Amino acid sequence: MKRKIIFTAIVVAGLSGCSGQPGADGINDPYESANRQVHAFNRGLDSNVVKPLTSGMSSGDDKPGIGSYALQGIGNFGSNLAEPGKAVNHLLQGKPEPAVKTTFRFMVNSTLGLAGFLDPAAADFALPEQDTDFGQTLAVWGVPEGAYQELPLLGPSTERDTVGRVVDLVIDPMHAVLNLDEWLIGLGARAVSKAGERARFGDSVDSILYESADSYAQTRLIWLQHRRHELGEEGDEIDPYAE
Amino acid sequence: MPNETRRGFLGLIGAGLAFSVTPAYALNESQAGALVQKSMDEVYGVINSGQPPAQMYKSFEAIFARYADVDIIARSALGPAARQASPAEFAAYKQAFQGYIGRKYGKRFREFIGSKIEVTGARPVKSFYAVTTVAYLKGRSPMEMEWHVSDKSGKGRYFNIIIEGVNMLASERAEVSAMLSQRKGDMAALTADLQKAG
Repeated sequence: MKRKIIFTAIVVAGLSGCSGQPGADGINDPYESANRQVHAFNRGLDSNVVKPLTSGMSSGDDKPGIGSYALQGIGNFGSNLAEPGKAVNHLLQGKPEPAVKTTFRFMVNSTLGLAGFLDPAAADFALPEQDTDFGQTLAVWGVPEGAYQELPLLGPSTERDTVGRVVDLVIDPMHAVLNLDEWLIGLGARAVSKAGERARFGDSVDSILYESADSYAQTRLIWLQHRRHELGEEGDEIDPYAE
Repeated sequence: MPNETRRGFLGLIGAGLAFSVTPAYALNESQAGALVQKSMDEVYGVINSGQPPAQMYKSFEAIFARYADVDIIARSALGPAARQASPAEFAAYKQAFQGYIGRKYGKRFREFIGSKIEVTGARPVKSFYAVTTVAYLKGRSPMEMEWHVSDKSGKGRYFNIIIEGVNMLASERAEVSAMLSQRKGDMAALTADLQKAG
């Protein structure tokens, strides 16, 4: 545990050297040319692998197939294993209430929810998922967003969120309970839940990736806006009449 | 019968009073909210009409033209190039832009089948009103939307929609500027592209 704290302290100290400030458009992207190459790779991967694989899983409104239920169960299982890490992050952000609720959620779903495949905590106990991560913890601590990044396979991020992802893997309390293989299975299940999202939001993803004039710029803008909204870091409203 | 007349007459006075108490503001919170509600009711009317998609997109375009300030949205999306464009060029671009929005967002509105949207509040922001709504979509957690409504065009119209932080005006600005730079600033080519896009 001590090692983890030292590791985290080093990471946070390193982040104070995050590169650059956002420009007038609110975008700070000094690595644009490298990011664009990664984007082209991710887009190719999506059109050749992810999209074909997930299109069959799509639930849609018309008759969700058995595959979509199985997928949701596996996704739930993966998300459940992520709950203890979220509880830790709520605590680190100085929010005991969501930390306690997230812990109860984990206990209910791990037992009554059959190891997390079902989600009775949300359905019957009014304990919906309260998503968070170490990137948000860093934001709460006042660490700046840093430059925009598009990561291979994982997609859009910022310097702060990339560090957050790494730290989340390291500080995950499930390490204490699961051996490495079990833990990796949990991580795999979370990846399945991401694939489920690709199927569920298929039209939106297609519209951004394949129908826009500059899919890199659209992805960057939409992701940053949504992430800042989650973190309560939105910019000023646009007043086109004042321009 | 006389009663009826009297009620009608009193009603008229009431209406006159109501009119004279609100002279300074052409738009208030509840009117801004009502505008959003009314436009969404019309959108749902189209969604539930079972028209073929192409016809639906035309209907969405008409609703957009009625309730949104298309002029300012199109102008803002075009950015600095709007100032250099001739009135005729801008008018053609604006027409194409309007159709493009009807198709592009029309496709998205089809995901709203069997859903509902509720107006949850309105508040003044800068020179306009922000109307908040919640969309309840099937199999998804409720989605926050915010509509920015202004009367600067002379009528109450919305000019921006923000869905979970994602801003329509900002993303159309990025999109149209990318399309324009692909055409090296050629307005006519941009307009032709917009007629096919969305």
